[in-house]
Amino acid sequence: MKADPKGVLTGSHFLDGDHACSEGAIAAGCRFVAGYPITPSTEVVERIAERFPLVGGVFIQMEDEIASSIAIQGAVWGGKKAMTVTSGPGFSLMMEHIGLAAMTETPCVFINVQRAGPSTGLPTQPAQGDMMQARWGSHGDYGIIALCPNSPQESFDLTIKAFNLSEQYRVPVLLMLDECVGHMTERVVIPNADEIEAYPRRFYNGPKEDYLPFKPDADLVPPIIKAGDGYRIHVTGLTHNEKGYPVMSPAAQAKLIPRLVNKIRLNADKIIEYREDQVEGADVVVVSYGITSRVAIPAIEQARKEGIKVGHLRLIVVWPFPEKKIKELAGKIKSFVVPEINLGQMVLEVERNAYGKVPVKLVPHAGGTVHNPKDIYNAIISSLKGE
Amino acid sequence: MQDEIYTIEETMPINPVESYLRMDRMPHIWCSGCGIGTTVNCFGRALETSGLDLDKVSIVSGIGCTGRVAGYLNLDSFHTTHGRPIPFATGLKLANPELKVVVYSGDGDLLAIGGNHFIHAARRNLDMTIICVNNFIYGMTGGQVAPTTPISATATTAPHGNFEQPFNLPYLAESCGAVYVARWTAYHVRHLTKAMKEALGKKGFSFIEVLAPCPTLYSRRNKLGDGLDQMMFYKENSEIKHGVDTKTVSLDFQGKIIVGKFVDRERPEYLELMNKHYQKKFGDKYTPYKG
Ligand SMILES: Cc1ncc(C[n+]2csc(CCOP(=O)(O)OP(=O)(O)O)c2C)c(N)n1
Ligand code: SF4
Ligand SMILES: [Mg+2]
Repeated sequence: MKADPKGVLTGSHFLDGDHACSEGAIAAGCRFVAGYPITPSTEVVERIAERFPLVGGVFIQMEDEIASSIAIQGAVWGGKKAMTVTSGPGFSLMMEHIGLAAMTETPCVFINVQRAGPSTGLPTQPAQGDMMQARWGSHGDYGIIALCPNSPQESFDLTIKAFNLSEQYRVPVLLMLDECVGHMTERVVIPNADEIEAYPRRFYNGPKEDYLPFKPDADLVPPIIKAGDGYRIHVTGLTHNEKGYPVMSPAAQAKLIPRLVNKIRLNADKIIEYREDQVEGADVVVVSYGITSRVAIPAIEQARKEGIKVGHLRLIVVWPFPEKKIKELAGKIKSFVVPEINLGQMVLEVERNAYGKVPVKLVPHAGGTVHNPKDIYNAIISSLKGE
Repeated sequence: MQDEIYTIEETMPINPVESYLRMDRMPHIWCSGCGIGTTVNCFGRALETSGLDLDKVSIVSGIGCTGRVAGYLNLDSFHTTHGRPIPFATGLKLANPELKVVVYSGDGDLLAIGGNHFIHAARRNLDMTIICVNNFIYGMTGGQVAPTTPISATATTAPHGNFEQPFNLPYLAESCGAVYVARWTAYHVRHLTKAMKEALGKKGFSFIEVLAPCPTLYSRRNKLGDGLDQMMFYKENSEIKHGVDTKTVSLDFQGKIIVGKFVDRERPEYLELMNKHYQKKFGDKYTPYKG
């Protein structure tokens, strides 16, 4: 399906990553946003508040992030595409409701413009410290999808992708920006609406009496309906059967929860997206995401000038993690280098999939700014020496 | 009004509210003598007489014994998280204003963990009906103290008796902006039914507090007997005072219970304000939002 042209600002703009995200949401068909102000994400909701009245959307500034993260779910069951927007402390408050969305298979989007933590940390400065929280922050087992843009243009593009994936898989999708991408201003090209794909909600269209709200299609995703259509559905965060009714048994748990995980795991090849730059034939591969993927470039170029075969694998979809790709590379290359603005998060996934076959070198950063490319360069050199 | 309700009861089949329940989920989990089921009966009757298209009525609950109500009603029903049915209902209502949205939950859910959402939804005058079953206790988790537990009553986490001052819920609701505020007990089934019907017909944030026995965890522990004894107590100690100042209706441990319809007023509702405001601001460029 093509995007609704209403509100699509076709043309070339000079936007920061936060504003580009707002435009991406509007282009994707998002018409309900609930949020609570927090640096460095606030510009996203400010632009939404400015733009929504004339595109037929509802923006509401809720009393906190707990409220925001569940108001959007009510809106989804009311028939809207919906998102909420936050940063570290607010993201922490939203965790219970990421689990609720996963459990009730409510398609919705969470935007997290990452700042340095823990706690109030460095409110105005960047980090990539919420990557594991994005995957595992709510209790219990479930699956989510997370994306990491590295530019305002990608912030626009990936916000649309986030909505599309959330509709396709009926999962919460997390767009993990960082303060740099959120606040950097660059050219953003917004295409014509008829060039933008908007994945339609998977509304059920069979006979009413046969509808089972949590009976999956072949791809493990159940079709959805909305309140008011006469289905008299029941939606609960309790473990439930295909009818949606609570069933308090290990058997019901064993049927439902693996499906929630597998609908992401088994569709991972379709979901995963990354960019490769000279990865083929490389001795060292730098695995990066978000702003760090741009900071790594001078380091990689410097090493290449010196004749070192450095590949660059940039993750766009971070969760599900591209396990196969890392496993495949681990059999071919001499080392991985993983720079990230945290003290070691996605590196754990690289290590797990490299499985001891090759060294994996973390280039940590406690946050507040980006890496000095020199540190990444040094890691490339030392990783080849087996250090 | 009361006569109308009598007539309907007389013409009802044996279980008059069966068609409003998910009978395929019976038996329910509530203890015998619990007051929650009684309130659900009243709600079924209120739906019956409300004239609402039931396909357009959604019920939202939080977590708790009362939180299970959503799961037993044959409506679009949402059993959300502890304390958060109001913000869920906010999104649902704003997404589709055509829906009649009812939040049905416990005192702890709505006024302890969910207290912040309650006051803001009332302030915004969101168009929803809130039914709060106040059993003075956290039922589901085994009888802990609640923000409604009267002074000197005991609870598992106030084993020496409660000394915290409880909320006066009608006063709270009124001061935050609710347009309809009533209190009844599980004994007052006809009044409660009528109040529920009125609240369902009201535009804006309507609030009903229903005092209901929790024999298992509140009454027995406090040596107040079982459900029936509590009902007798409600009968003998309630005083109907419509329109009374909500400041005066706070509850003491086993003291007098003031019941009635305390507030019934008009205030512009959220979406009405939003549409008016944007129309003024943007003129013809603005299309009134209807969902
Ligand atoms: C975030 C969270 N905290 C705590 C709980 C545990 N919990 C479940 S129900 C409940 C209290 C219920 O009390 P109330 O809302 O008065 O409902 P009742 O059972 O009395 O009807 C609590 C504390 C929970 N489910 N979620
Ligand atoms: S514990 Fe109390 S509130 Fe819960 S079902 Fe039993 S009697 Fe009712
Ligand atoms: Mg209670």
